[in-house]
Amino acid sequence: MTTRLRILDDGAWLSVDDTRRVSVSELWRLDSTEFCDCDLADLVVENFQAVGVDGPIVEVRVYGQCITCGTKSTTGWIPVGRIVDGEFTDLERESVLSAHSEG
Amino acid sequence: MPTDVENWKSEVYGNEIREHLFRFAEEGFETIPDDERDAWFERFKWWGLYHQRNGQEGYFMMRIGTPNGVLEPGQLRVVGEIADEYARGPGTNPIFGESYADFTTRQSIQLHWIQLSDVPAVFEKLEANGLSTQQACGDSWRNIVGNPVAGKDGQEVIDAWPVIRDLNETFKGNDDHSNLPRKWKVSVTGSADGSGQGDINDLAFEPAYKEIDGEDEVGFNVRVGGGLARNEPRLARDIDVWVSPDQVSDVAGGLSALFRDNGDREDRYNARIKFLVDEWGPEQVRETLQEEYVDFELRTAGRDVREEYTYNTGEGERNDLIGVHKQKDGTNFVGLNVLVGRMGADDVLELADLAEEYGSGEVRLSQRQNVIVTDVPDEELDDFLAEDLLEHYSPDPSPFMRGSIACTGTEFCSLSIVETKNRQVRFARWLKQHVDLPDDVDEFHIHLSGCTASCAQPQIADVSLRGMKTRKNGEAVEALDVGLGGGLGDEPQFARWVTQRVPVDEVPGAIANLIESFAAERNEGESFRAFVDRHDDEELDAFVEPEETDYEDPMMHNTKMTWYPYAEDDGMDASPPTPADD
Repeated sequence: MTTRLRILDDGAWLSVDDTRRVSVSELWRLDSTEFCDCDLADLVVENFQAVGVDGPIVEVRVYGQCITCGTKSTTGWIPVGRIVDGEFTDLERESVLSAHSEG
Repeated sequence: MPTDVENWKSEVYGNEIREHLFRFAEEGFETIPDDERDAWFERFKWWGLYHQRNGQEGYFMMRIGTPNGVLEPGQLRVVGEIADEYARGPGTNPIFGESYADFTTRQSIQLHWIQLSDVPAVFEKLEANGLSTQQACGDSWRNIVGNPVAGKDGQEVIDAWPVIRDLNETFKGNDDHSNLPRKWKVSVTGSADGSGQGDINDLAFEPAYKEIDGEDEVGFNVRVGGGLARNEPRLARDIDVWVSPDQVSDVAGGLSALFRDNGDREDRYNARIKFLVDEWGPEQVRETLQEEYVDFELRTAGRDVREEYTYNTGEGERNDLIGVHKQKDGTNFVGLNVLVGRMGADDVLELADLAEEYGSGEVRLSQRQNVIVTDVPDEELDDFLAEDLLEHYSPDPSPFMRGSIACTGTEFCSLSIVETKNRQVRFARWLKQHVDLPDDVDEFHIHLSGCTASCAQPQIADVSLRGMKTRKNGEAVEALDVGLGGGLGDEPQFARWVTQRVPVDEVPGAIANLIESFAAERNEGESFRAFVDRHDDEELDAFVEPEETDYEDPMMHNTKMTWYPYAEDDGMDASPPTPADD
């Protein structure tokens, strides 16, 4: 079974199987030395740039801003959900997320 | 590789979407196949329907395109009646009530909570009265903007209204131009005040004189590639072309076709023509237009009147069209302030009555989200101005009321990061009560946009506010970035973002402190824009000085995480069900 993953409406949200699943304006704690110099970036998600998969994990690259240091940039790939038996399940995005540069 | 959106457009797009829209309306929202919803919601935009945000499934924003903001006699009443009957949903706005119409920065009208099943009836009523939602959103010719009082304005160089009408008739529903890589925003201005705001449009026609056979003829200079969105603001570039009024359609169609054929269809972020102009330069745009898209010799640019521009410039006369102004025919147009562009349905209907009673019944919309009642004779003026409705929609409002613009915000919009319209109302009321501008400053523009899409045109305001987040006492709260000193005119410039992430409850205090510094340190007679211009970002940041005051903001939390910010039970779990089909 294939899963349809799309970024829509000028990067406003991630659509999974024609359902809006992750939206801009979330605040993520991001463990990524590539994004900014903070130990943990406090990232406002302003825009989804790309979506991809790594096995069952759904990943996105987003444009956003660290509200601690003010860095504005596009992230590496950040896991936001998991496909299990064809269904999307949110990853706990309140906890620390990690980014990597390889898609 | 073409995007999903391009693939959907290549299958069904343009006029033909209508029959599918009506079929789904007839058979029910639930009959839209689950695996085709993204595609259909994208296509519906072409007919002016925008699916509201997460938590409001099955409800639509409907945009009515009113070319140049012109509502002919009777049309405002139709808008009011439709708003009253159909623009009602499960959420009630604490300031504006259950039903209202929004006047936008591109002279259109937006209604919310529209149900799919009602669309055929709404379309029937709109179209029976000469109104349409066609191409109000989507990748095509959008509503054409300009000086809203074209044809009536005593300051006008050339009447642009026949040109705009002709463009609208030519390019609405035109299959050759219905599927562009991205939206296509056109401005045609005939007045010398710059009120068409051409500089921030994809394509701008601005009044200009050209000597032809020894005679000065009036026509338009052409600029291409302006726009504010996505942290990539651009001013339209001069392509060194002058056109006579009867050539506007050919040149506009040529540039639209050039964009159709050369715009980036593989990356929607890079698709607007402003990026093509970046890549090519204005010279190549002109050359390509000449060689491939028009069959007559283009003339070089004529003598423009940009030095006379005043609209949204931050200084001089007529920064907006509020107040009583003389028309060419000796009657008057009266610009009324509609705070943040939103007007309750009852008020819309009452205004339609007043426009008929005192004027011709015609009403026009400005790019500052205001309404203009036209054709009011001198002898009717005093009685009109004494009407109760004008106490609220004033022709002589506080600078903080007349200067306020706000986009839709998290109330309905997917992109926005913060609440906007109600917040800007609260800001304006607080500033009016607590802050005094210097005596000789009677306009002060504050534009609040919920995100970088810039629908409130924040970069061209005295004070630009843009949605952000921050932490306050450890809690995530809505915040605003603050930019200063933007404006249009002969030498337009975008605001400089000098202060970042101000918690929303400290923004009114920040603006008060900024104005206090301005009043204390300005040179005699200096405009705010000029004051900003002679200070560096660090100095300006110090002037902003965020501060808590007695202003209280009830929407500090993450309003995007609610299904509707003003609902008593606002959690996503309390989202209303998709509306049942009638």
